[in-house]
Amino acid sequence: MNTRFATVMLLASATALGACAKKAPEQLPPPPPTTTAPSTPTPAPTPAGPQVGSQEHFVSAVNGQNVIYFDTDRFNIDSQDAAALQTQAQYLARYPQVLVTVEGHADERGTREYNLALGERRANAAKNYLVSLGVDAGRVATVSYGKERPVALGSDEQSWAKNRRAVSVVIN
Amino acid sequence: MKTLALALVAMFFTGPLAAQSQDLGQPVPEGGQVETTGVEASGEDADGGLTFTVTDESDWADLSIAIPGFAADRDVPTPANADGTGALGREIARVITANLQNNGLFQPIGPNGLPQPGFAEITAPAWGNWRGRGAEMLVHGYVRARGDGKLVIGCYLYDVALQDELVREGWVVPPADWRRAAHKCSDIIYARLTGESPFFDSRIAYIAETGPKDRRVKRLAIMDSDGANHRFLTLGSATALTPRYSPDYSKLLYLSYVDGNPRLYVYDIGTGRQTLVTQSANPTFAPRWSPDGQTILYSMAVAGNTDIYRVPASGGRSVRLTDAPGIDIGGSYSPDGRQIVFESDRSGSQQCYIMNADGTNQRRISFGGGRCATPEWSPRGDQIAFTRIAGDFNIAVMSPNGRNLRVLTNGWQDEGPTWAPNGRIIQFFRTERNSGRSSLWQVDLTGRNERRLPTPVDASDPAWGPILP
Repeated sequence: MNTRFATVMLLASATALGACAKKAPEQLPPPPPTTTAPSTPTPAPTPAGPQVGSQEHFVSAVNGQNVIYFDTDRFNIDSQDAAALQTQAQYLARYPQVLVTVEGHADERGTREYNLALGERRANAAKNYLVSLGVDAGRVATVSYGKERPVALGSDEQSWAKNRRAVSVVIN
Repeated sequence: MKTLALALVAMFFTGPLAAQSQDLGQPVPEGGQVETTGVEASGEDADGGLTFTVTDESDWADLSIAIPGFAADRDVPTPANADGTGALGREIARVITANLQNNGLFQPIGPNGLPQPGFAEITAPAWGNWRGRGAEMLVHGYVRARGDGKLVIGCYLYDVALQDELVREGWVVPPADWRRAAHKCSDIIYARLTGESPFFDSRIAYIAETGPKDRRVKRLAIMDSDGANHRFLTLGSATALTPRYSPDYSKLLYLSYVDGNPRLYVYDIGTGRQTLVTQSANPTFAPRWSPDGQTILYSMAVAGNTDIYRVPASGGRSVRLTDAPGIDIGGSYSPDGRQIVFESDRSGSQQCYIMNADGTNQRRISFGGGRCATPEWSPRGDQIAFTRIAGDFNIAVMSPNGRNLRVLTNGWQDEGPTWAPNGRIIQFFRTERNSGRSSLWQVDLTGRNERRLPTPVDASDPAWGPILP
């Protein structure tokens, strides 16, 4: 337990430091010394592109179709959703080691608890469609975020349409 | 930098460990029984009361109440106030004045700008002085530091015109609980003058919100009914939602994403222990207590379909109460515990339904146009408050048979009503368009007296507990 705790703390700290490093420094660092020319040749780049099992690889392979969208208060899979889910199912068939979570979301124009249930219903609609295409149900988890995690921040029809979504995310 | 790193650690620290070791709050005031004590009667201990009845609130809107500082028998040091019991007496009067304001019933004045009565005057008011100031009602009180470290606080309400004592009571409190005596005093004044049940000595659980709209940090928080004694109970590393105080204030039910999924927990305030409401891999939402605290209602999604269940608060077997296809969620018991009002979209949109506590006899009650969400049964039993969705989101009330619908608020998005212990005031939260910022508000049943509650940061999901003993 303690070892695990320490590991988690270590990982969390590393992540925290990483996050800190990304912050814009208040003062620019001093310019690198220009007197010494680089003596070692630049190492050959490792094979480019994201690795299988990463979210980047998945999103790139399905051409961004890891997100499907819903009408207000609806959770049905329309033809556009079906096409996106077919692309996802093909990816999952090609990489049988990959597991995904479908995250269900609602727009802000609903009460909190109902939206949690609605997000769960949307995530399950996407999952069921994937399963109907032959994906093992055990490889697809679901989670609802209700209206808690919007991607579009306005309070208008356009933003709400972007937030009524189910997002497939690769589990690392 | 260290603080920032710690905060980031907290943010990334969302594993199950956090549930037990990282996201716990500090101990919370117990909220036990306040000891009542006899207080000395005033000079003319008349038995007369008010000779008129409270029928029209407009008659009362001008009722002026003078609330000078409570008198100390001797000005001595007290842990309750750095400046001694004299200063504490003025603070008590300030709390009472603030309580009685803003409800459309009274015009309380004090203690600033009023003469400070001496200790002897508490039971023998200087009637002429108060009549000269136009006060119709007069509140007097005293503070005495007892040898055992506790405070004795006495409270008197006088009718100035009749030169009559209307009510008096006294309490013995530890110094840390001095505000509870001020609330108890507010309660006896309110109850005596309106004929309604008291509500000031009560607490509110809610969700404190910070951060940008797409990365809101949501923490469990509690406070007294007037916003004092505010405490954050969770760190915010995991999103917390929809708290509910147990009827005895010993526990809180709430939803947490601490293990990555929405699940309901019982937070034991005394021990800080958190336990799952039900051992299930399915997501659970919308926790509620039965009025006797013996039963917990919750909603659970199985393969996307959400239904309402009940489980003994002490643990045990869950019983499913609804089985309609679609979302059945929430639920609020009638005060006698025999019926439950809940929300369902089985008709195609969110509407309110009533069923017996065992799940039988489910029937729709809302036919007033628009949608009906988050119904909450009044502690008096005579009304159901809900979120009415008809274009905008507003707080409304109706009779349990669905008639007499009245819309009380007109914000862009007002949702989640919760009743004051006396069933006369409703709190809710209001979300601003675009910014997504939220705040707590309250409104009385006339809809006329609406005001914002002060909170240290943005706030949502208020849940008002019952009157404290």
